[in-house]
Amino acid sequence: MAEATTLSRLAERLKNFPVSGNVKIMEVCGTHTVAIRRFGLQHLLPAGVRLVSGPGCPVCVTPDSYIDEAVALARQGVVITSFGDMLRVPGSSSSLEKERAAGADIRAVYSPLDALKIAADCGRETVFLAVGFETTAPVIAAVAMKTLEKKIANFSLLTALRLVPPALQALIADGCAAASPCGTALGSAAASPRGIASDIRLSGFLLPGHVSAIIGKQAYDFLPEQRLPGVISGFSAADIITSLLLLLEMHNKGIYRIMNNYPRVVRDSGNEKSRAILAEVFEPADAEWRGLGMIPASGLQLKPAFAALDSRSHFAIKTASTSPRTDCRCGDVLRGLIDPPACPLFNKACRPDQPLGPCMVSAEGSCSAWVTYG
Amino acid sequence: MCLAVPMKVIEINGDMAVVESSGLSRKVGIMLLDKVKLNDWVLIHAGFAISKLTKKQARETLAIFEEGRFFG
Repeated sequence: MAEATTLSRLAERLKNFPVSGNVKIMEVCGTHTVAIRRFGLQHLLPAGVRLVSGPGCPVCVTPDSYIDEAVALARQGVVITSFGDMLRVPGSSSSLEKERAAGADIRAVYSPLDALKIAADCGRETVFLAVGFETTAPVIAAVAMKTLEKKIANFSLLTALRLVPPALQALIADGCAAASPCGTALGSAAASPRGIASDIRLSGFLLPGHVSAIIGKQAYDFLPEQRLPGVISGFSAADIITSLLLLLEMHNKGIYRIMNNYPRVVRDSGNEKSRAILAEVFEPADAEWRGLGMIPASGLQLKPAFAALDSRSHFAIKTASTSPRTDCRCGDVLRGLIDPPACPLFNKACRPDQPLGPCMVSAEGSCSAWVTYG
Repeated sequence: MCLAVPMKVIEINGDMAVVESSGLSRKVGIMLLDKVKLNDWVLIHAGFAISKLTKKQARETLAIFEEGRFFG
Protein backbone atom coordinates (compact mmCIF):
# COMPACT_ATOMS: atom_id res chain seq x y z
CA MET A 1 0.00 0.00 0.00
CA ALA A 2 2.81 2.33 0.94
CA GLU A 3 4.32 1.60 -2.44
CA ALA A 4 1.13 2.48 -4.27
CA THR A 5 1.02 5.75 -2.40
CA THR A 6 4.60 6.51 -3.36
CA LEU A 7 3.82 5.64 -6.95
CA SER A 8 0.73 7.83 -7.10
CA ARG A 9 2.71 10.66 -5.53
CA LEU A 10 5.37 10.23 -8.20
CA ALA A 11 2.70 10.13 -10.90
CA GLU A 12 1.18 13.38 -9.61
CA ARG A 13 4.60 14.99 -9.55
CA LEU A 14 5.23 14.05 -13.16
CA LYS A 15 1.78 15.20 -14.32
CA ASN A 16 2.21 18.60 -12.71
CA PHE A 17 5.88 19.10 -13.48
CA PRO A 18 6.34 22.58 -14.93
CA VAL A 19 8.30 22.24 -18.17
CA SER A 20 9.80 25.07 -20.14
CA GLY A 21 9.23 24.80 -23.89
CA ASN A 22 8.59 21.63 -25.84
CA VAL A 23 10.38 18.48 -24.79
CA LYS A 24 10.81 15.28 -26.77
CA ILE A 25 12.41 12.35 -25.00
CA MET A 26 13.48 9.21 -26.83
CA GLU A 27 13.62 5.79 -25.22
CA VAL A 28 15.98 3.35 -26.88
CA CYS A 29 15.02 0.05 -25.33
CA GLY A 30 12.14 -2.18 -26.40
CA THR A 31 11.53 -3.20 -22.80
CA HIS A 32 11.04 0.48 -21.91
CA THR A 33 8.69 0.89 -24.89
CA VAL A 34 6.49 -1.91 -23.59
CA ALA A 35 6.71 -0.82 -19.94
CA ILE A 36 5.72 2.78 -20.76
CA ARG A 37 2.62 1.74 -22.68
CA ARG A 38 1.73 -1.07 -20.33
CA PHE A 39 1.75 1.30 -17.35
CA GLY A 40 0.07 4.02 -19.43
CA LEU A 41 2.85 6.46 -18.56
CA GLN A 42 2.25 8.42 -21.77
CA HIS A 43 -0.94 9.71 -20.07
CA LEU A 44 1.07 11.13 -17.17
CA LEU A 45 3.23 13.44 -19.22
CA PRO A 46 2.94 17.15 -18.48
CA ALA A 47 1.90 19.50 -21.30
CA GLY A 48 4.64 20.01 -23.89
CA VAL A 49 6.35 16.67 -23.25
CA ARG A 50 6.37 13.82 -25.76
CA LEU A 51 7.92 10.37 -25.57
CA VAL A 52 9.11 8.67 -28.75
CA SER A 53 10.63 5.27 -29.36
CA GLY A 54 14.03 5.01 -30.95
CA PRO A 55 15.96 2.08 -32.42
CA GLY A 56 15.75 0.05 -29.22
CA CYS A 57 14.45 -3.30 -30.38
CA PRO A 58 17.12 -5.56 -31.94
CA VAL A 59 14.54 -7.51 -33.94
CA CYS A 60 13.12 -4.30 -35.38
CA VAL A 61 16.44 -2.82 -36.51
CA THR A 62 17.59 -6.04 -38.21
CA PRO A 63 17.35 -5.49 -41.97
CA ASP A 64 15.37 -7.70 -44.39
CA SER A 65 18.60 -8.94 -45.95
CA TYR A 66 19.50 -10.72 -42.70
CA ILE A 67 16.21 -12.64 -42.62
CA ASP A 68 16.81 -13.54 -46.28
CA GLU A 69 20.20 -15.01 -45.34
CA ALA A 70 18.62 -17.09 -42.55
CA VAL A 71 15.85 -18.27 -44.89
CA ALA A 72 18.45 -19.26 -47.51
CA LEU A 73 20.34 -21.28 -44.88
CA ALA A 74 17.14 -22.97 -43.69
CA ARG A 75 16.43 -24.01 -47.29
CA GLN A 76 19.89 -25.59 -47.47
CA GLY A 77 18.83 -28.02 -44.74
CA VAL A 78 20.79 -26.36 -41.94
CA VAL A 79 19.27 -26.45 -38.45
CA ILE A 80 18.41 -22.85 -37.55
CA THR A 81 18.30 -21.88 -33.87
CA SER A 82 17.09 -18.46 -32.78
CA PHE A 83 15.51 -16.35 -30.08
CA GLY A 84 11.77 -16.80 -30.67
CA ASP A 85 11.12 -13.17 -31.63
CA MET A 86 12.97 -13.52 -34.93
CA LEU A 87 10.83 -16.31 -36.36
CA ARG A 88 7.91 -14.20 -37.51
CA VAL A 89 9.91 -11.32 -38.97
CA PRO A 90 9.25 -11.15 -42.69
CA GLY A 91 12.23 -11.02 -45.03
CA SER A 92 11.79 -9.92 -48.60
CA SER A 93 10.00 -13.11 -49.63
CA SER A 94 9.55 -15.39 -46.61
CA SER A 95 9.95 -15.70 -42.86
CA LEU A 96 11.50 -18.42 -40.73
CA GLU A 97 8.03 -19.31 -39.44
CA LYS A 98 6.85 -19.94 -43.01
CA GLU A 99 9.97 -21.98 -43.75
CA ARG A 100 9.33 -24.06 -40.65
CA ALA A 101 5.76 -24.73 -41.79
CA ALA A 102 7.24 -25.84 -45.11
CA GLY A 103 9.42 -28.38 -43.32
CA ALA A 104 12.65 -26.56 -42.44
CA ASP A 105 14.28 -27.41 -39.09
CA ILE A 106 13.96 -24.15 -37.16
CA ARG A 107 14.05 -24.12 -33.37
CA ALA A 108 13.41 -21.31 -30.90
CA VAL A 109 15.83 -21.31 -27.95
CA TYR A 110 16.11 -19.32 -24.74
CA SER A 111 19.90 -19.21 -24.77
CA PRO A 112 22.67 -19.71 -27.34
CA LEU A 113 23.90 -22.38 -24.88
CA ASP A 114 20.78 -24.38 -25.78
CA ALA A 115 21.63 -23.88 -29.47
CA LEU A 116 25.14 -25.23 -28.90
CA LYS A 117 23.67 -28.27 -27.14
CA ILE A 118 21.36 -28.90 -30.10
CA ALA A 119 24.42 -28.84 -32.39
CA ALA A 120 26.35 -31.21 -30.13
CA ASP A 121 23.39 -33.61 -29.80
CA CYS A 122 22.18 -33.72 -33.40
CA GLY A 123 25.55 -33.62 -35.17
CA ARG A 124 24.05 -31.67 -38.09
CA GLU A 125 25.16 -28.23 -39.25
CA THR A 126 23.50 -25.83 -36.80
CA VAL A 127 23.37 -22.04 -37.07
CA PHE A 128 22.48 -19.65 -34.26
CA LEU A 129 20.99 -16.30 -35.27
CA ALA A 130 23.16 -13.98 -33.21
CA VAL A 131 20.92 -10.93 -32.90
CA GLY A 132 20.99 -8.45 -30.04
CA PHE A 133 22.59 -5.43 -28.42
CA GLU A 134 25.42 -5.14 -25.89
CA THR A 135 23.39 -7.09 -23.28
CA THR A 136 23.31 -10.17 -25.49
CA ALA A 137 26.63 -9.85 -27.35
CA PRO A 138 28.84 -10.98 -24.39
CA VAL A 139 26.57 -14.02 -23.95
CA ILE A 140 27.17 -14.94 -27.57
CA ALA A 141 30.90 -14.28 -27.19
CA ALA A 142 31.00 -16.68 -24.21
CA VAL A 143 29.22 -19.35 -26.27
CA ALA A 144 31.67 -18.79 -29.16
CA MET A 145 34.53 -19.49 -26.74
CA LYS A 146 32.79 -22.61 -25.46
CA THR A 147 32.27 -23.83 -29.03
CA LEU A 148 36.01 -23.70 -29.76
CA GLU A 149 36.86 -25.13 -26.33
CA LYS A 150 34.56 -28.12 -26.88
CA LYS A 151 35.66 -28.44 -30.52
CA ILE A 152 32.10 -28.49 -31.83
CA ALA A 153 32.67 -28.04 -35.56
CA ASN A 154 29.06 -28.12 -36.78
CA PHE A 155 27.97 -24.93 -34.95
CA SER A 156 28.22 -21.44 -36.39
CA LEU A 157 26.88 -17.93 -35.86
CA LEU A 158 25.00 -15.76 -38.34
CA THR A 159 25.73 -12.43 -36.71
CA ALA A 160 23.66 -9.24 -36.70
CA LEU A 161 24.77 -7.83 -33.35
CA ARG A 162 24.35 -4.08 -32.95
CA LEU A 163 25.77 -1.42 -30.63
CA VAL A 164 23.53 1.25 -29.11
CA PRO A 165 25.87 4.28 -28.75
CA PRO A 166 26.82 4.46 -32.47
CA ALA A 167 23.09 4.44 -33.36
CA LEU A 168 22.46 7.35 -30.99
CA GLN A 169 25.45 9.16 -32.49
CA ALA A 170 24.04 8.56 -35.98
CA LEU A 171 20.64 9.95 -34.94
CA ILE A 172 22.36 13.04 -33.57
CA ALA A 173 24.57 13.44 -36.65
CA ASP A 174 21.46 13.09 -38.80
CA GLY A 175 20.10 16.13 -37.05
CA CYS A 176 17.20 14.32 -35.42
CA ALA A 177 18.50 15.06 -31.98
CA ALA A 178 20.45 18.27 -32.30
CA ALA A 179 19.33 21.83 -32.84
CA SER A 180 19.06 21.47 -36.61
CA PRO A 181 16.31 19.90 -38.71
CA CYS A 182 16.51 16.24 -39.54
CA GLY A 183 18.38 15.72 -42.77
CA THR A 184 18.70 12.86 -45.15
CA ALA A 185 22.23 11.83 -44.28
CA LEU A 186 20.90 8.48 -43.19
CA GLY A 187 18.51 6.17 -44.96
CA SER A 188 16.79 7.11 -48.16
CA ALA A 189 15.34 10.49 -48.96
CA ALA A 190 11.91 8.88 -48.96
CA ALA A 191 12.43 7.73 -45.39
CA SER A 192 13.00 11.29 -44.23
CA PRO A 193 9.70 13.09 -44.69
CA ARG A 194 9.81 16.87 -44.74
CA GLY A 195 7.57 19.31 -42.97
CA ILE A 196 8.13 17.93 -39.51
CA ALA A 197 11.48 19.53 -38.83
CA SER A 198 10.34 21.67 -35.94
CA ASP A 199 8.91 18.62 -34.22
CA ILE A 200 11.83 16.27 -34.41
CA ARG A 201 14.48 17.68 -32.14
CA LEU A 202 15.22 15.50 -29.18
CA SER A 203 15.76 16.89 -25.72
CA GLY A 204 17.19 13.81 -24.04
CA PHE A 205 17.38 10.04 -23.84
CA LEU A 206 15.92 7.45 -21.50
CA LEU A 207 18.85 5.03 -21.65
CA PRO A 208 18.55 1.23 -21.64
CA GLY A 209 19.08 -0.47 -18.27
CA HIS A 210 20.50 -3.82 -19.24
CA VAL A 211 22.64 -2.58 -22.14
CA SER A 212 24.09 -0.10 -19.63
CA ALA A 213 24.77 -2.92 -17.12
CA ILE A 214 27.43 -4.01 -19.63
CA ILE A 215 28.68 -0.77 -21.21
CA GLY A 216 28.40 1.51 -18.14
CA LYS A 217 27.72 5.19 -17.86
CA GLN A 218 30.83 6.46 -19.61
CA ALA A 219 29.73 4.93 -22.92
CA TYR A 220 27.28 7.83 -23.27
CA ASP A 221 29.77 10.65 -22.64
CA PHE A 222 29.20 11.91 -26.18
CA LEU A 223 25.63 12.96 -25.31
CA PRO A 224 26.47 15.79 -22.88
CA GLU A 225 29.02 17.01 -25.42
CA GLN A 226 26.06 17.45 -27.78
CA ARG A 227 24.05 19.22 -25.05
CA LEU A 228 21.82 16.21 -24.52
CA PRO A 229 21.06 14.67 -21.10
CA GLY A 230 20.51 10.95 -20.55
CA VAL A 231 19.20 8.85 -17.68
CA ILE A 232 19.91 5.12 -17.35
CA SER A 233 16.64 3.63 -16.18
CA GLY A 234 15.19 0.44 -14.75
CA PHE A 235 11.86 -0.94 -15.87
CA SER A 236 9.33 -0.45 -13.06
CA ALA A 237 6.80 2.39 -13.27
CA ALA A 238 8.64 4.15 -10.43
CA ASP A 239 11.98 3.70 -12.21
CA ILE A 240 10.68 5.24 -15.42
CA ILE A 241 8.76 8.07 -13.77
CA THR A 242 11.75 9.10 -11.65
CA SER A 243 14.01 8.89 -14.72
CA LEU A 244 11.64 11.16 -16.65
CA LEU A 245 11.54 13.59 -13.73
CA LEU A 246 15.35 13.68 -13.74
CA LEU A 247 15.41 14.33 -17.49
CA LEU A 248 12.82 17.12 -17.25
CA GLU A 249 14.65 18.69 -14.33
CA MET A 250 17.89 18.66 -16.34
CA HIS A 251 16.07 20.12 -19.35
CA ASN A 252 14.64 22.97 -17.30
CA LYS A 253 17.98 23.78 -15.73
CA GLY A 254 20.05 23.38 -18.89
CA ILE A 255 22.09 20.56 -17.34
CA TYR A 256 23.54 18.01 -19.73
CA ARG A 257 24.65 14.98 -17.79
CA ILE A 258 24.37 11.19 -17.82
CA MET A 259 22.72 9.90 -14.66
CA ASN A 260 22.46 6.33 -13.42
CA ASN A 261 18.96 5.85 -12.03
CA TYR A 262 19.29 2.05 -11.97
CA PRO A 263 22.21 1.57 -9.54
CA ARG A 264 20.75 -1.63 -8.09
CA VAL A 265 21.77 -3.31 -11.36
CA VAL A 266 24.05 -0.93 -13.26
CA ARG A 267 27.55 -0.17 -12.00
CA ASP A 268 28.77 3.17 -13.34
CA SER A 269 31.71 1.34 -14.91
CA GLY A 270 29.45 -1.38 -16.37
CA ASN A 271 30.60 -5.00 -16.45
CA GLU A 272 34.30 -4.98 -17.35
CA LYS A 273 34.64 -8.76 -17.51
CA SER A 274 31.79 -9.04 -20.03
CA ARG A 275 33.38 -6.32 -22.14
CA ALA A 276 36.75 -8.11 -22.03
CA ILE A 277 35.20 -11.39 -23.25
CA LEU A 278 33.30 -9.51 -25.92
CA ALA A 279 36.50 -7.83 -27.12
CA GLU A 280 38.29 -11.17 -27.29
CA VAL A 281 35.72 -12.60 -29.72
CA PHE A 282 34.27 -9.65 -31.62
CA GLU A 283 35.46 -6.42 -33.19
CA PRO A 284 33.38 -3.44 -34.35
CA ALA A 285 32.26 -3.37 -37.97
CA ASP A 286 30.05 -1.11 -40.09
CA ALA A 287 26.49 -2.37 -40.00
CA GLU A 288 23.12 -1.70 -41.57
CA TRP A 289 20.16 -0.71 -39.41
CA ARG A 290 16.59 -0.72 -40.60
CA GLY A 291 15.53 2.92 -40.92
CA LEU A 292 18.97 4.29 -40.15
CA GLY A 293 20.99 2.78 -42.99
CA MET A 294 24.68 1.95 -42.70
CA ILE A 295 26.28 3.20 -39.48
CA PRO A 296 30.07 3.07 -39.02
CA ALA A 297 31.34 0.68 -36.33
CA SER A 298 27.82 -0.03 -35.08
CA GLY A 299 27.93 -3.81 -35.45
CA LEU A 300 30.16 -6.64 -34.32
CA GLN A 301 32.00 -9.17 -36.44
CA LEU A 302 33.93 -12.24 -35.32
CA LYS A 303 37.67 -11.69 -34.95
CA PRO A 304 39.99 -13.77 -37.18
CA ALA A 305 40.64 -16.29 -34.36
CA PHE A 306 36.89 -17.06 -34.37
CA ALA A 307 36.34 -16.85 -38.13
CA ALA A 308 35.65 -20.60 -38.26
CA LEU A 309 32.41 -19.87 -36.37
CA ASP A 310 31.11 -17.44 -38.99
CA SER A 311 28.14 -18.95 -40.87
CA ARG A 312 28.94 -16.63 -43.78
CA SER A 313 32.28 -18.38 -44.29
CA HIS A 314 30.84 -21.84 -43.50
CA PHE A 315 28.20 -21.66 -46.21
CA ALA A 316 27.67 -20.05 -49.57
CA ILE A 317 24.60 -17.95 -48.77
CA LYS A 318 22.81 -16.74 -51.86
CA THR A 319 19.97 -14.25 -51.52
CA ALA A 320 18.11 -12.27 -54.12
CA SER A 321 18.52 -8.50 -53.90
CA THR A 322 15.82 -7.07 -51.69
CA SER A 323 13.35 -4.37 -52.46
CA PRO A 324 12.13 -2.39 -49.46
CA ARG A 325 8.50 -2.63 -48.45
CA THR A 326 7.18 0.67 -49.71
CA ASP A 327 4.26 1.29 -47.34
CA CYS A 328 5.78 0.04 -44.09
CA ARG A 329 7.15 3.00 -42.10
CA CYS A 330 8.95 1.01 -39.43
CA GLY A 331 12.14 2.89 -40.35
CA ASP A 332 10.55 6.25 -39.55
CA VAL A 333 9.09 4.87 -36.31
CA LEU A 334 12.57 3.66 -35.30
CA ARG A 335 13.99 7.15 -35.80
CA GLY A 336 11.28 8.73 -33.69
CA LEU A 337 10.03 10.65 -36.73
CA ILE A 338 6.46 9.39 -36.56
CA ASP A 339 4.24 7.65 -34.04
CA PRO A 340 2.98 4.24 -35.23
CA PRO A 341 -0.60 5.40 -36.11
CA ALA A 342 0.90 7.69 -38.78
CA CYS A 343 1.80 4.59 -40.81
CA PRO A 344 -0.94 3.78 -43.37
CA LEU A 345 -0.67 0.07 -42.56
CA PHE A 346 -0.88 0.47 -38.77
CA ASN A 347 -3.52 -1.80 -37.22
CA LYS A 348 -5.13 -2.22 -40.64
CA ALA A 349 -3.11 -4.38 -43.04
CA CYS A 350 -0.41 -4.75 -40.35
CA ARG A 351 -1.58 -6.13 -37.02
CA PRO A 352 0.03 -8.16 -34.21
CA ASP A 353 -1.72 -11.32 -35.50
CA GLN A 354 -0.67 -10.58 -39.06
CA PRO A 355 2.42 -8.38 -38.92
CA LEU A 356 3.93 -6.91 -42.07
CA GLY A 357 6.74 -4.93 -40.49
CA PRO A 358 9.22 -5.79 -37.75
CA CYS A 359 7.97 -3.04 -35.41
CA MET A 360 4.70 -4.99 -35.28
CA VAL A 361 6.30 -8.46 -35.18
CA SER A 362 8.37 -8.07 -32.05
CA ALA A 363 6.44 -7.91 -28.80
CA GLU A 364 8.88 -5.10 -27.96
CA GLY A 365 8.29 -3.19 -31.19
CA SER A 366 6.63 0.22 -30.86
CA CYS A 367 3.78 -0.66 -33.23
CA SER A 368 2.97 -3.84 -31.33
CA ALA A 369 3.10 -1.99 -27.99
CA TRP A 370 0.74 0.72 -29.31
CA VAL A 371 -1.84 -1.83 -30.46
CA THR A 372 -1.54 -4.07 -27.40
CA TYR A 373 -1.69 -1.39 -24.73
CA GLY A 374 -3.27 1.55 -26.57
CA MET B 1 14.90 -8.58 -25.92
CA CYS B 2 17.34 -7.39 -23.27
CA LEU B 3 14.99 -8.72 -20.61
CA ALA B 4 16.77 -10.13 -17.57
CA VAL B 5 15.59 -11.62 -14.25
CA PRO B 6 17.22 -11.76 -10.81
CA MET B 7 17.97 -15.28 -9.51
CA LYS B 8 19.95 -16.68 -6.54
CA VAL B 9 23.10 -18.79 -6.97
CA ILE B 10 22.61 -22.13 -5.18
CA GLU B 11 25.38 -24.24 -6.74
CA ILE B 12 28.64 -23.49 -8.57
CA ASN B 13 30.48 -25.89 -10.89
CA GLY B 14 33.41 -24.20 -12.61
CA ASP B 15 32.07 -21.60 -15.02
CA MET B 16 28.48 -22.80 -14.65
CA ALA B 17 26.05 -22.32 -11.77
CA VAL B 18 22.58 -23.40 -10.75
CA VAL B 19 20.39 -20.39 -10.00
CA GLU B 20 16.97 -20.37 -8.43
CA SER B 21 14.01 -18.07 -8.05
CA SER B 22 10.36 -18.67 -7.13
CA GLY B 23 10.93 -22.44 -7.15
CA LEU B 24 12.35 -22.41 -10.67
CA SER B 25 15.97 -23.41 -11.09
CA ARG B 26 18.23 -23.48 -14.11
CA LYS B 27 21.83 -23.90 -15.12
CA VAL B 28 23.54 -20.72 -16.30
CA GLY B 29 26.98 -19.55 -17.34
CA ILE B 30 28.84 -17.33 -14.87
CA MET B 31 31.98 -16.57 -16.88
CA LEU B 32 30.72 -13.06 -17.70
CA LEU B 33 30.92 -11.99 -14.03
CA ASP B 34 33.79 -11.69 -11.58
CA LYS B 35 33.77 -13.55 -8.26
CA VAL B 36 30.33 -15.13 -8.25
CA LYS B 37 29.64 -16.75 -4.85
CA LEU B 38 26.97 -19.01 -3.40
CA ASN B 39 23.84 -17.07 -2.36
CA ASP B 40 24.68 -14.12 -4.63
CA TRP B 41 21.72 -12.65 -6.47
CA VAL B 42 22.55 -12.23 -10.13
CA LEU B 43 20.70 -10.90 -13.14
CA ILE B 44 20.16 -13.63 -15.75
CA HIS B 45 19.94 -12.87 -19.46
CA ALA B 46 19.79 -15.57 -22.16
CA GLY B 47 21.33 -18.22 -19.90
CA PHE B 48 24.12 -16.13 -18.37
CA ALA B 49 24.62 -14.03 -15.25
CA ILE B 50 25.41 -10.51 -16.46
CA SER B 51 25.26 -8.41 -13.29
CA LYS B 52 25.41 -8.86 -9.54
CA LEU B 53 22.72 -7.46 -7.24
CA THR B 54 22.58 -7.11 -3.49
CA LYS B 55 19.86 -9.20 -1.80
CA LYS B 56 17.80 -6.13 -1.06
CA GLN B 57 18.14 -4.93 -4.63
CA ALA B 58 17.20 -8.36 -5.96
CA ARG B 59 14.04 -8.55 -3.83
CA GLU B 60 13.07 -5.09 -4.93
CA THR B 61 13.48 -6.03 -8.61
CA LEU B 62 11.78 -9.36 -8.03
CA ALA B 63 8.75 -7.69 -6.46
CA ILE B 64 8.23 -5.82 -9.71
CA PHE B 65 7.84 -9.14 -11.50
CA GLU B 66 5.83 -10.88 -8.82
CA GLU B 67 3.30 -8.11 -8.51
CA GLY B 68 2.77 -8.25 -12.24
CA ARG B 69 3.82 -4.67 -12.57
CA PHE B 70 6.26 -5.67 -15.26
CA PHE B 71 5.74 -7.41 -18.56
CA GLY B 72 7.77 -10.62 -18.82
